[in-house]
Amino acid sequence: MNKPAPDRIPLIRLSGVSYRYPGADTNVIDNLDFQLYPGDRTGVMAPNGSGKTTLFYLLMGLLKPSDGLIEIFGKPAETEKDFEQIRRRIGLLFQDADDQLFSPTVLEDVAFGPLNLGKNQEEARDIAMKTLNELGLDGYENKITFKLSGGEKRLVSLATVLAMEPDVLLLDEPSTGLDEKTKARLVNVLLNLDLSYILISHETSFLYDLTDSVYTMRQGKMKRAEKIHVHPHVHPHTSHIRHHH
Amino acid sequence: MIQETFAIGDSIIHRLDPRVRVVFATLFSFLVALSDRFPTLYAAFGISVLMIIPARLDIREAGKRLKTLFWFMLLIWMVLPLTFEGDTIYRLGVFAVKRQGLVLCAQITLKAVSILLIFMALLSTMNINTLGHTLNRLSVPGKLVHLFLITYRYIFVIEEEYRRLRTAIKIRGFKSGTNLHSYKTHAYLLGMLFVRASIRAERVHEAMLCRGFHGRFYSLDGYKPSRKNRNFSIIMTAAIACLTFIEYYPI
Ligand SMILES: Nc1ncnc2c1ncn2[C@@H]1O[C@H](COP(=O)(O)OP(=O)(O)OP(=O)(O)O)[C@@H](O)[C@H]1O
Ligand SMILES: [Mg+2]
Repeated sequence: MNKPAPDRIPLIRLSGVSYRYPGADTNVIDNLDFQLYPGDRTGVMAPNGSGKTTLFYLLMGLLKPSDGLIEIFGKPAETEKDFEQIRRRIGLLFQDADDQLFSPTVLEDVAFGPLNLGKNQEEARDIAMKTLNELGLDGYENKITFKLSGGEKRLVSLATVLAMEPDVLLLDEPSTGLDEKTKARLVNVLLNLDLSYILISHETSFLYDLTDSVYTMRQGKMKRAEKIHVHPHVHPHTSHIRHHH
Repeated sequence: MIQETFAIGDSIIHRLDPRVRVVFATLFSFLVALSDRFPTLYAAFGISVLMIIPARLDIREAGKRLKTLFWFMLLIWMVLPLTFEGDTIYRLGVFAVKRQGLVLCAQITLKAVSILLIFMALLSTMNINTLGHTLNRLSVPGKLVHLFLITYRYIFVIEEEYRRLRTAIKIRGFKSGTNLHSYKTHAYLLGMLFVRASIRAERVHEAMLCRGFHGRFYSLDGYKPSRKNRNFSIIMTAAIACLTFIEYYPI
């Protein structure tokens, strides 16, 4: 799909990156190479325990690689200082929404990021309200985060990430636990965003709606999956009915 | 997921400037902790009970928090009167109940309950970001604020994990009894609690880092300067002055 022109600088470049959890006897991530270019919408679909979440933690600097080089926005990302800057521009949606929300009210949680980015109260509040509105969460601002349903928590988590207006999104199974209608809304929001992302999902149609290329992970490496070609943004299981090739 | 039940509300206390609340809660606690005379302690206890009313705390929730303290106090009441040096006022077989021990117990109990109540009324009625932000603005060193807030936050994390684990055990039909299976289950529960709480606490911290947290807390709550702050300050200053007077100038 997105053939990278040689002169374009990748947003994310991993070269020979390995990671092993302390005490484990194999590398979860093993000599992995990967690039994400501006405008790329990359999907990852791989079995449980293959290291997808670990990969995201490496990209956010929450784990440090045992080997290899991570370059983000054209610069090597090694120290905590590097990652402090990176985290302002890359948004991670945690796999478990309970990990993501920690303020008592929705509004406060969504405004937490913008406030850290140096926005004043007024601006942070506006951004938070706007983001909630875009996600169809009007009227949620004063709800209490720990009393939300699983799906609501997920959407609010996404709002907390989007409120930071990142350049890159890392989405760890965002569609889990969402009903069809909410999922459709999520697809719409993501399609209308003008940013690059890596999307982890186990749902074929969701993934194919939202991404241009799909990778799988095996033995700690990422492999481009030969995707059963579909026209982008068309449900694969309906395409064979409507299309005649 | 941190429960701050009291932080959500719209009472007079909730609307006070957090700085005023922090300053007076601190002053009050120090004074109470340093006082020894019973008239002072009774008065302090009375003031802290009265504070609960304007804060409109959920009485049942407040009771639950006091209950935790109650068990700790019970322990003190069982140990101190018997082990303290002093005049024996009652003999129970080999045990001698000492007057000074009882007095000390009463003092500790009054102090602990008063301080807990004043903290509930004045401090737990603001959320954690506001508290951190306020401490920052009162020029408490950043590292200290961070340490304090993170500790505070993890207490809730542990509580949350405890509730989850207990539910997990309950739905599988566990009933506590006096048998090996029960003891083993309790031991597992405790072990898992600390492991899981520390992992979760780490995740929460990571989630904060991922959203640009760099050691400073910001608050969304706008507190407008109002006459209430002045009035509250006057009342509290008067109360603290009275307590000091009672303590140091006995009639
Ligand atoms: N904190 C940890 N300590 C040790 N091993 C871990 C830790 N976290 C994950 N692992 C191991 O690393 C491997 C990859 O975990 P990871 O969470 O990255 O998988 P995943 O691809 O995200 O799986 P899923 O689809 O289930 O979310 C797993 O085998 C897991 O057991
Ligand atoms: Mg995962």
